Amino acid sequence: MGHAYTPGLKVSPAADFVRHRLLPIRGEVLVRQGDTVEPDTVVARALLPGNVATLNLARQLGMAAADLGDVMLVKEGAEIEVGQPLAQSKGIFGMMKKTVESPTTGTLESISKVSGQALFREAPIPVDVKAYVGGTVSTIEDGYGVHVDSRGTMVQGIFGIGPECNGKLAMVGRGIDQPLLPSDILPEHRGAVIVGGSLAPMDALKAAIEVGVAAVVTGGIDAKDLTELLGFDLGVAITGNEDVGLTLMVTEGFGSLAMSKKTYELLAEREGLLASVSGATQIRAGVLRPEVLVPHPVTAVEHTEVDEGYMHIGSVVRIIRDPHFGELGKVVELPPEPAVLDTEAKVRILTVTLKGGERVTLPRANVELVDEQL
Amino acid sequence: MTETIRSILATDCGSTTTKAILIELTDTGYRLKVRGEAPTTVEKPFDDVTVGVLNAVTEVAEIAGRKIVGDDGRIIIPQQGDEGVDLYLSTSSAGGGLQMLCAGVVRSMTAESAERAALGAGAIVMDVICSNDKRQPHEQITRIRHLRPDMILLSGGVEGGTKSHVAELSELIAAADPKPRLGSSYELPVVYAGNSDARGAVEEALKEKTALEVVDNLRPTLDEENLDPARDKIHDLFMEHVMAQAPGYDKLKSWTSAPVMPTPGAVGAIIQTVASQRDISVIGVDIGGATTDVFSVFDNTFNRTVSANLGMSYSISNVMASAGIDNVMRWVPFDIDEVELRNRIKNKMVRPTTIPSVLRDLQVEQALAREALRLSLVQHKDFATELKGQRKTRDISEAFNQSGSGSTIVNMMTLDLIVGSGGVLSHAPRRVQAALMLIDSFEPMGVTQLAVDSIFMMPQLGVLASIHEQAATEVFERDCLIMLGTVIAPVGKAKRGKPLATVHLDLPDGKREVTISAGDLDLIPAATDTTVHCRIEPAKGVDVGAGPGMPLETDLAGGEAGLLIDGRGRPIQMPLPPDERVAAIKQWIKNLDLYPQRKA
Repeated sequence: MGHAYTPGLKVSPAADFVRHRLLPIRGEVLVRQGDTVEPDTVVARALLPGNVATLNLARQLGMAAADLGDVMLVKEGAEIEVGQPLAQSKGIFGMMKKTVESPTTGTLESISKVSGQALFREAPIPVDVKAYVGGTVSTIEDGYGVHVDSRGTMVQGIFGIGPECNGKLAMVGRGIDQPLLPSDILPEHRGAVIVGGSLAPMDALKAAIEVGVAAVVTGGIDAKDLTELLGFDLGVAITGNEDVGLTLMVTEGFGSLAMSKKTYELLAEREGLLASVSGATQIRAGVLRPEVLVPHPVTAVEHTEVDEGYMHIGSVVRIIRDPHFGELGKVVELPPEPAVLDTEAKVRILTVTLKGGERVTLPRANVELVDEQL
Repeated sequence: MTETIRSILATDCGSTTTKAILIELTDTGYRLKVRGEAPTTVEKPFDDVTVGVLNAVTEVAEIAGRKIVGDDGRIIIPQQGDEGVDLYLSTSSAGGGLQMLCAGVVRSMTAESAERAALGAGAIVMDVICSNDKRQPHEQITRIRHLRPDMILLSGGVEGGTKSHVAELSELIAAADPKPRLGSSYELPVVYAGNSDARGAVEEALKEKTALEVVDNLRPTLDEENLDPARDKIHDLFMEHVMAQAPGYDKLKSWTSAPVMPTPGAVGAIIQTVASQRDISVIGVDIGGATTDVFSVFDNTFNRTVSANLGMSYSISNVMASAGIDNVMRWVPFDIDEVELRNRIKNKMVRPTTIPSVLRDLQVEQALAREALRLSLVQHKDFATELKGQRKTRDISEAFNQSGSGSTIVNMMTLDLIVGSGGVLSHAPRRVQAALMLIDSFEPMGVTQLAVDSIFMMPQLGVLASIHEQAATEVFERDCLIMLGTVIAPVGKAKRGKPLATVHLDLPDGKREVTISAGDLDLIPAATDTTVHCRIEPAKGVDVGAGPGMPLETDLAGGEAGLLIDGRGRPIQMPLPPDERVAAIKQWIKNLDLYPQRKA
């Protein structure tokens, strides 16, 4: 067999990227097709229904819910002020009337004839959708948002946390195989996307949060530090909404893992440019990987084996499980027959030559394609 | 089937791997010809589950030396000469877990019943909203809006009971206007399973804003639960909902000769067939990448649970978080740095298709599998309570008692057979490893037979049984179910090294007497298709299935592992000092020839 399907992460100096920027509910699109947008440009806006307050009028007035219509002072849909009388009971011979006042300012949305419960809607909450990445508005989805097209450097990570953000790229650390130190993070990194190192230890992450770094892009993170950062032990890799003070993207995995040289060099070439970063990860159906996008002029878009997802003899792969975790190698054999591993499991394998010349045989499942040269 | 079916291709699209099998009609009936597998392709750049299907089928075709996929990229149906197949079938579980919100009127009554129904259906219950949960309505609304569940189960009110509280709950949900977790392009499914008198009010509140489904009341009276309709509806919506998220699913449906069946449904069908054909009690377990399904048949009552976030790849980190590191490491015969172990597990979580290639890695994964299986059985036991004929009558005194949720019908002493399925069990390099994972996690008592799905094809045979029972049965008996052997596990207290029972065995090569001592774990070879008659004489107060101190005469089925003698007690008593624990595990590994010795 000459090839095999193998997924990989995209790391490209010249990629096309289209991001769909859509509202959760129908609203208003604020830009036009062909407009140039920056990451912070608000492209669409909607008003989420306001918070709801409730009050059971039937209970308050000591009467049947079905009879509330006779005693209401305001109608459904009416705007109300806090403290405004809403209903008044008829009392006994016109005496001992009981009045119920509005608990909030907003709209009297509904009164249930079954439960007697009144729902009050407070002022709408505006929701803005930003462009996230600099580019051109290519498509308008009427009432919902836009597609932003852009080109430039694209680096997918293996895992991330935290929301979308942007900042200028700044390379930090003492090399791709050295953990970040708190001292690597300087006051001038406030608002920046800092890139470097094999590991972001907790003290370095704390320093980054303190300085106000927008995002940290690094080789790895220890699982225990992730737990401390999040405040819980993450069980399933579905992230993106965490509020820990910054966005984090790890390019290689958990533990101290040298950042891919290509990743580092690509981002270093773009140091000082504005990068958009998303920590959202979903390793389930509809997979999402964290990413760094750096728009810049591109003459020709690069298409690679990672785009195709097929591995051939000569493909460069990264080993993604012990032993040799993180090492790069070139595929030299893709035998069709399953082979027996040290564990005695019989699986399909491949043989790769590592950088130092060593030939190793591995399960095919334990490599991923990378856009790198050896 | 009126025409002779000559060849059948069946795939199972799991959350991690897509498995394909090719069955052919031979002179001796239907037999498994070859199998193949490929990663499930829900990820970019493909975003299409059928790519993984075609990759797995291509592997099958290559190994079988037969063209199955046509030049148009579709499976050739029917068979033309030596090309193509007469039937193509598939099951699917791609998509992951189900996150639900439950709501009911009284926490200990309808809300608890709703929670039990949702848990039983395999959901993660994110929260339970009820009229007496001490939160203000606006807090409940904010919570509902914030959670973004996949589905809501609303219950409340016995038949003829409160309507107003149910109406209030539905109004709260409507006011929150919750959006589904996985996108805003469809309406959030809400299942109403409460007082039928309140249906009008619920429909009025929710019909416009949600995809409302109404089923029978899950708590028709205070002392009666009827969880089945709600549970079945949740299962239906779960599969529709989750599978609809799997890219390419519509295309897959158009290829198959019968409807695509949810994987757990197909495995459940096969487990019930085994129990019915042999008239025995059975537990089946299918441990996948994201979820673990447990099936049981006791006294002809079938139960199924889906532990949505216990699995060996996507959910492996959750296994660690749920079980705790001490519970995982108690099964491992070496020390490992905790930081390194946690990183290893998280790396598997983010690269879920990788497999162990060195022995220590395999041992850690098998330790995690034990804990995933153990926790799944705990959930199953909680759900499979005394529900005769899918209904359970609860005593009124139990209804007021928080712990009065009914006792489980899962009886590990009367259990006859455990069938394991899923990659970590079916692909265990040695069958005895699968046998011991099942014993360690499920802790069967007395005498219990063990089996494993040979190459993880129960799902495919389950769907095949729906349209070609003969082919499914023939392949199941000959090629699928692999008998591992039988475990004898006396239950009773004895000091380490003291005898628990004496077993008199009529082995093919002569009679043998074996003493089971506390702390023992040993293996007596007995090949597949061997039946060993035995008499087990327990020590005073020790039970082997006939009652404390009572002898048991029975036949033990051999298998690829043999007869396992387990004197470790129930629950299994591990030596507490770490060095003694490691020494004991090493001894057990040696006794069972569990792993290659040079690496252990």
